[in-house]
Amino acid sequence: MSIFIDNNTRLLVQGITGREGSFHASQCRRYGTKVVAGVTPGKGGQDVDGVPVFNTVVEAASHTGANCTLIFVPPPFAADAIMEAADAGIPLIIAITEGVPALDMLKVKNSLKFTDSRLVGPNCPGIISPGKCKAGIMPGSIHLPGRIGVVSRSGTLTYEVVHQLTQEEIGQSTCIGIGGDPVIGTGFIDCLAAFENDPETDGVVMVGEIGGNDEEEAAAFVAKHMCKPVVGFVAGLTAPSGRRMGHAGAIVSGGSGTAAAKIDAMRQAGIHVCEDLGGFGNYCRTIFTGQT
Amino acid sequence: MNIHEYQAKELFRRYEIAAPAGQLIHSAVEVDQALEELGRFPVVLKAQVHAGGRGKAGGVRLASSVEEAEKIAAEMFGMTLVTRQTGKTGKRVNKILLEEGLDIDRELYLSILSDRATAKIVIVVSQAGGMDIEEVAAVSPEKIIKVAINPLVGLQPFHIRRLRFALGLDKTNANVFSSLVRGLYRLFTEKDCTMLEINPLVITADKRLIALDAKIDIDSSALYRQPDIMDWRDESEENPLEIMASRAGLNYINLGGNIGNMVNGAGLAMATMDLIKKAGAEPANFLDVGGGANAEMIEQGFRIIVSDPKVKGILINIFGGILRCDVLAEGVVAAARKTGITVPVVIRMEGTNVEEGRRILAGSGLNLITAENLADAADKIAKIAKA
Repeated sequence: MSIFIDNNTRLLVQGITGREGSFHASQCRRYGTKVVAGVTPGKGGQDVDGVPVFNTVVEAASHTGANCTLIFVPPPFAADAIMEAADAGIPLIIAITEGVPALDMLKVKNSLKFTDSRLVGPNCPGIISPGKCKAGIMPGSIHLPGRIGVVSRSGTLTYEVVHQLTQEEIGQSTCIGIGGDPVIGTGFIDCLAAFENDPETDGVVMVGEIGGNDEEEAAAFVAKHMCKPVVGFVAGLTAPSGRRMGHAGAIVSGGSGTAAAKIDAMRQAGIHVCEDLGGFGNYCRTIFTGQT
Repeated sequence: MNIHEYQAKELFRRYEIAAPAGQLIHSAVEVDQALEELGRFPVVLKAQVHAGGRGKAGGVRLASSVEEAEKIAAEMFGMTLVTRQTGKTGKRVNKILLEEGLDIDRELYLSILSDRATAKIVIVVSQAGGMDIEEVAAVSPEKIIKVAINPLVGLQPFHIRRLRFALGLDKTNANVFSSLVRGLYRLFTEKDCTMLEINPLVITADKRLIALDAKIDIDSSALYRQPDIMDWRDESEENPLEIMASRAGLNYINLGGNIGNMVNGAGLAMATMDLIKKAGAEPANFLDVGGGANAEMIEQGFRIIVSDPKVKGILINIFGGILRCDVLAEGVVAAARKTGITVPVVIRMEGTNVEEGRRILAGSGLNLITAENLADAADKIAKIAKA
């Protein structure tokens, strides 16, 4: 097993006719994902490398049975695209788009409570269940099928962590990038709970960064509800206060959201925190396999 | 994006939120004209810089006569204001807001922000206005009252009543307070604010409710639909290298250390800064070239890093996904040829087309130091820092 996506995932790509949308749709397909449809308003009837394009998500879903959507729609229209997918009953919505206005996301997040859809992102690399399905923009080749779950707020930092795991021959069940924005759909806790319940996941790697207090809340969840080992990393120990570090959500404000506070909370919760990114894979091997 | 106090108060005027009468001046010679417009004493001179804590640093001063106002203005213009938020380098004062002095009865606090965890818009009030609100929160949290608003439903009368009773305002202020809160909420949502703070919100001796101070941050992601606010960007408040970077589409923050770095992705960039620190050096900057960087952007990034005179070594750390390693290598080689390599450059790359990238670097004939992995990169940076 794996969480959120697997061999039964039928992927829809919103914004499939754009440069990024078409490129990543074909990369996902190459990895083995069933890419069943695309949506671009006004381009219904066309196809992108054989994938049929529809005008609306409702139409695409009813014709193809799509059960997951990957969104590449530009920021001004991204909130609308997410709500359209939820309205069409797509159970899993993954928004890659970076730069969605915060107030748009506040409305989206509140409106999703009235639907059964799960949102991952925005501003995230997506999800991959190695060997089964890739619904995202991560390089597939660095992953190895296995039994460790990965959940992260970052993109390339996740690739770095996964790459080191693979080099240590520690395979992954599912890797999820939850996104670097202040307001996101699925958070750490949802992913940790899913990994805890997944019989084919033996342990979890959790990668956080400065800003907000999601890591602290996740740590409390781990202490209370998790039996599987969790290895943690937090980026931004050297980040200055009051500056946004690239990600809209990565900001230390009024002394809260610091990396040091997050690391403390994680350690207190029994999470194995690694502070040396260069030796991360090695550290994971000792925790997950007991080998030194 | 930060805006100045005088700009925030301009927004207040548009939303009919009372602020003191004021005049913005750009040099000391404009003082007399501004005083004439205000027509009364005392006046307050407020330095317009993007930083809090101005009062304690001498950036807010009272004047009771023309001579005094002229003297203070002459001292304030051009001075470097160092507050708890500016860092050691401080901020130069180029503009002063001259405002009428008010006879104050009570000082209150009011702010609006988005709560990331609950996805609600939160209005925070306190009777302990005019003080550092973070200190109030730490010492006496019971003095801070928060009301959370679902953005789909919007501000309701009961929210306003709760805020009013929390502030201990009686009936005489009820209607004024209600329209103040409505106006602020409308401003917050229509102008894509991420933070709006009035500290203090004052009640004057003649029972008027006035926003004495104003601080507003605008969501940078929403500037495409706020063209009037985008025009208010004040580049004199920003680091010149940061302006150069933002024009090139790069995300750069100067940090004043000695090891420059260029990374793709914000999380990996922060982790790379931490790695530099762990290796015994200080990161000179944060530089995220993003996922879709091309050779030209890499070249620009390289130029920006080497323009920082404090930099005595550079670490380039790229995990190629969308950004391919061969594209990165070409950009670095092109930049190094044009600018010359004056400090050691360590390059660590991994991911898409890494072999081709390494071949380009090796074949360039340039003195670039390649690192096998992150641990190796950290060792090499540590040696440069010690040298």
